[in-house]
Amino acid sequence: MVETSDIRVVRCGGSKVNLTPPIISNDSRFVLCASGDLVKVYSTRTEEWLHSLQGHTNQVTGITLNPANHLQVYSCSVDGTVKLWDFIDGILIKTFVIGCPLFAIYVSEKHEGVLFLHVSMATDSKNECFQLVSVHLPKSAEQEVEAKEMSAVSSHISKNPSCTAFGRGVRVHFFFFYFSLKATDKKGAKNAFTCIACHPTDDCIATGHEDGKIRLWRNFIHKKEYTYSTQHWHHNAVNTLCFTPEGTHLLSGGIESVLVQWQYGADNRKEFLPRLGGSILHISASSDGQLFCTSHSDNKITVIESSFKVCGVIQGLVKGDAVLTDLMIDPRSKALVLNGKPGHLQFYSLLRDKHLYNLDIVQQEYIYEAGLDQFEVVKAAFDIKGSWLATVEERGKKSSDLEFFLKLWAFDERTQSFVLNTTITAAHTDRIISMCFSSSEETTMLVTAAEDSQFKAWCQGADDQNFWSCDFVGSYHKLNPTNCSFSADSSLLAVSFQEVITIWSPDTWEMLTTLCQPPGVIRDLCFGRLSCSKYLLGTTTKNLLCCWNLLTCELEWSTSVDVSKLQPDPFSENVAAFSYQSKHTDLFVFKPSEPRPLFTNKNVCSEKVHRAVFVPREEPLNSCDESTQWLNRSQLYFLTQNMDLLTFSTATEEDRMLSSSKQLVIDDSVAVTPFYLLLGKHRQQQQKLNTQSHPVADKPQQPQGSVTIKELLHTPAHVLPAASVLCSMFVNSFLISNTGEMDSEKEEEDSEEEMEACDSQQELRAQGSVDEVTPKLSKAQERELKRVRKTDFSWMAGLIDSKP
Amino acid sequence: MASFKPTKVQFLPKLGEKVTEDTLYWKNYKSPVQIKEFGAVTKIDFSPLAPHNYAVTASTRIHVYGLHSQEPIRSFTRFRDTAYGGSFRGDGKLLVAGSEEGLIRLFDISGRVALRQFTGHSKAVHVTSFLSDGFRVVSGSDDLTFRVWDVPSAVELSSITEHTDYIRALAPSKLNPDLFVTGSYDHTVKVFDMRSGSSVMTMQHGHPVECVLLYPSEALLVSTGGRYVKIWDLLKGGQELVSLKNHHKTVTCACLSSVGNKLLTGSLDRHVKVYNSSYKVVHNFDCDASILSMAVAPDDEVVAVGMTNGVLSVRHRKHKKDKETLTSRRRRGPSYRVFVKGKNFVPRQDDFLVSKPVKQYLRKYDKQLKSFEVSKALDTALQTWTRTSKPEVTVAVIIELNRRGTLKNALAGRNEESLTKILNFLLKHIFDPRFSRPLLTVGDIVLDLYRQVLHQSPVVERQLQRLMEVLGREAELQQELLQVLGILDTLFASLTPRKEVLWEEHCPMSLNNHCVSVSSVSADVCRI
Repeated sequence: MVETSDIRVVRCGGSKVNLTPPIISNDSRFVLCASGDLVKVYSTRTEEWLHSLQGHTNQVTGITLNPANHLQVYSCSVDGTVKLWDFIDGILIKTFVIGCPLFAIYVSEKHEGVLFLHVSMATDSKNECFQLVSVHLPKSAEQEVEAKEMSAVSSHISKNPSCTAFGRGVRVHFFFFYFSLKATDKKGAKNAFTCIACHPTDDCIATGHEDGKIRLWRNFIHKKEYTYSTQHWHHNAVNTLCFTPEGTHLLSGGIESVLVQWQYGADNRKEFLPRLGGSILHISASSDGQLFCTSHSDNKITVIESSFKVCGVIQGLVKGDAVLTDLMIDPRSKALVLNGKPGHLQFYSLLRDKHLYNLDIVQQEYIYEAGLDQFEVVKAAFDIKGSWLATVEERGKKSSDLEFFLKLWAFDERTQSFVLNTTITAAHTDRIISMCFSSSEETTMLVTAAEDSQFKAWCQGADDQNFWSCDFVGSYHKLNPTNCSFSADSSLLAVSFQEVITIWSPDTWEMLTTLCQPPGVIRDLCFGRLSCSKYLLGTTTKNLLCCWNLLTCELEWSTSVDVSKLQPDPFSENVAAFSYQSKHTDLFVFKPSEPRPLFTNKNVCSEKVHRAVFVPREEPLNSCDESTQWLNRSQLYFLTQNMDLLTFSTATEEDRMLSSSKQLVIDDSVAVTPFYLLLGKHRQQQQKLNTQSHPVADKPQQPQGSVTIKELLHTPAHVLPAASVLCSMFVNSFLISNTGEMDSEKEEEDSEEEMEACDSQQELRAQGSVDEVTPKLSKAQERELKRVRKTDFSWMAGLIDSKP
Repeated sequence: MASFKPTKVQFLPKLGEKVTEDTLYWKNYKSPVQIKEFGAVTKIDFSPLAPHNYAVTASTRIHVYGLHSQEPIRSFTRFRDTAYGGSFRGDGKLLVAGSEEGLIRLFDISGRVALRQFTGHSKAVHVTSFLSDGFRVVSGSDDLTFRVWDVPSAVELSSITEHTDYIRALAPSKLNPDLFVTGSYDHTVKVFDMRSGSSVMTMQHGHPVECVLLYPSEALLVSTGGRYVKIWDLLKGGQELVSLKNHHKTVTCACLSSVGNKLLTGSLDRHVKVYNSSYKVVHNFDCDASILSMAVAPDDEVVAVGMTNGVLSVRHRKHKKDKETLTSRRRRGPSYRVFVKGKNFVPRQDDFLVSKPVKQYLRKYDKQLKSFEVSKALDTALQTWTRTSKPEVTVAVIIELNRRGTLKNALAGRNEESLTKILNFLLKHIFDPRFSRPLLTVGDIVLDLYRQVLHQSPVVERQLQRLMEVLGREAELQQELLQVLGILDTLFASLTPRKEVLWEEHCPMSLNNHCVSVSSVSADVCRI
């Protein structure tokens, strides 16, 4: 990609946070989770994303706390390295190069300096064969250490990290359990193991099974004398098990999204926490047992108090099985809108990489059961001002038991969210294929096209009625419509019926003209914008991209490209077309007026691209380079078939990002609260002032007497000495200490030249040690200070004493 | 953690008439009181003075009723033949009535015997009325004449013969004592001025005129006859303003409400229609028999309708006061200790409020659905009260069960009694287009489940037979409708495409689908 060196495809935001079990730090203040090639650190209290540990070059597959130092964390990655981090400050301490892809990491308290890792047995990871190896970490002061000293512990283990657990045996130093999933499939019962957990103190192991049973195996150490008891509550496979640190409770979770707490010992006593969201994938408990964390299939981490109350939700970008709705931009919040949790639309801020909220579209209780035909939001559209949202929810794979609703939502200014306005139960007799709002300011109109060979226009009823009703029904020779689109000024509606595009006038509902370019059914349809609004673009299934001139009603140009997605930029004339050819996707950006593309990027990704959207920038870039100009006003995001959200970023943009991230170095030991940010801003200003006067000083100035003041203020009042004793110390602390303090009084009266020399020496010294920077004082000030110091303050002590 | 989302009950709006202020106003009447008279009620007239008693002319009697009495407070029975057209004087003290024998009698409201008798008509006198000065009586007769009589001296002042057929309608002007309007079976409406002694205006109604009515401003005149109601503008020299054709039989009577001057017309087709000021029908009363006469009390307190079968139906207006007393009697005040205590406490400004979690109240079936007790939830939804008064709730639970994939479980394992309940519900609602789709699924599942044991219960078998019959009938009906649709399609195909589009807007949307599914289920039933 030499020719497009300054534009590159970057993976942006919304990577999975539910891949590995989240970790709660020992002080319960932070939650760590692996997300893409980062380890993200969240605050448990504010649910805010504090910072991320950046350094791995591939997917992070496991994280675990360092048993020797609870402020450090190990992370392993597919790139073959294990890194040791100080997660509070976000500093990389050490990198251990293992050399082969790693899939999980475990540590044991009893084995210091040893890591247990999952590695693939064969060189190619296609056959799912893994082995557990132990790695001795060499002790060395270097940053990057090679650790090749591997010893296999066991082989043929499951890839799933919850299938391995370490016990903390009392008598036996250490033991671990592993099993193969194929092991116990007997009598047709579905009792294959799915997960395992060890009791922290007792001689007991809990295993979860595919049929929803939990077995507790006891007396495991005495070989062959073990016994087991079975409990059954889950109706589907148990996904994860976790003992609380004291071992009093066992937590389990599965697809039904209910966190079950079993009391250890009294097995039939259990507590439930239902409706947590997606199915539970992992559970972890903090070391003091006060907090639990569950990670869910809908890319969410829930923080739960030990009293079984949800106290925080960390939500990532939900990526379901498939994004059925298009990618959309909410015109108000500029948030990305797409399918979220089942039956919901999610609003995701791309700018802050933060999930904003979920809008419940279906408004029905979601039943967590495999194979159930659920309502899904399949279509959604915003009007141009963002005051209306239209959604279609659908159920039923076969057309005979198809159920669907068309819903219209109005934006409520007071609650700042969408409120259901109209539900249309039988909008069409068959599946709705395409839907669009008119883009004019005065009247909002919705057009739906369905497989019953009709398209319908809906608009809000006149005067007092505030609900929507059907305004017009149109059809063309009983052909099934495939797409519909409004022109930029809403004066024209284009509806494509198979191979024919019909142009309608929405004012009179007259069919103005038909356009036809025979081979292939019309797949995508869009009008040009701004200066190109006289053009209509269409793509067909037979690899044709056509451009019609609406003034002459003639084909302007056409080219043979297999376009999988055609996306117009609402802020410029540009149109982006993704084409899929021979196993890779190319991007073309062009103006409809000229057939020559503005920008071409070959091999954007290897999958087909079906969803793309232009997101307006907050502040436009002003790049003059021809190839990056199209990214000035808006940014192009697209979703591949693997559900990766990608975007294009320019070099200038990256520079800016980098510099801004450097500016935002803040004291990481403090949780980022709004209050902190306020203070931080103030500090930054101070810092700026300081740097202007002293270019050497990096850190903000600490007041000189801070130690004394701190002592004074933080010592309990009843252990403090008398105030008279403290007084002089306190006043002294405010005086700026002079390094030349040791000098005798005579020296003060020396010539000014000597003083200057002395000062410059001090300056040199100060520059040497960055930490101790003293503010410079003018000579007059210094003399004044000395005079003050010589004055006798004993009268003050008398005053204080005289007071009761 | 989200809370349990209760089952959504879909309330589909009822199609048909829109609810407007007028409908609300005219619906606000109690159910009618029926009073049996001796013959067809030909005339009802309210006294202009409070307490607004009304005189009802039927057969050979005139009864005077009080507003709220069901027994006559006075009756005039000294007629030898059928009495007609009993009407009050402007002060409510005198009453005049004609009769079949041609005599006109004048009664004092407190007396029994006629004060005066005017003789001169040779045939039956159907309409009589006081002129607005109160000293003269005008009468119209089947001998084609109408005469004006002087009350004090009981002599005929004038007799005019201008109509060529029976005179059956008369309306004196309230503003001018010398003006009155007559309508006759010769299809004309005439305005007479006693000062000139002849008609000053003639309007062609086109049908035998049954009733004439002047608006209070006396600029507009209403005449009814045949199926038509016509409004004439007298200030424009008798120009026809509108012609209304809302009844499908002869319109026999018309009157005006005193609030908002709404026009009411009654007809032989047993309907009373209420028109608004732009002459659109806004409300409709139904009666049991053909209507002959109608009157509205001042302030619309009472609407009295007389019918051919001799029944006088009186509707009284509902008042807020009545409703309040009714409800207050029914509901006792909450017990302080249980409901009120502490609830009316208003926190002061500097109080620290500890919020209590709001408890979610769920319906019984929702609670059962929450704990996955599907059969019980269906039982709850099929309880008699819910089933009969809120079928949409029952159907919503059925839809919810179907969505959860547990409808089959919920329907299985039922005994004869509960199965009968379900089948009864099906029989009643399976054709309701709102419910038919889920209920057809229920029918399918019931048949699948109980196929083996159906013959054991004669009750269930009989119900299934009925279900089959009605389904068959419905399928036939749908087929016929589709045929009609096809015929119409061919008709509209010859018209412009614009019209075709308009038509499609109105055609029932799921007709086709519905029909197919109905026939499939009926085929299922037949198999068994």
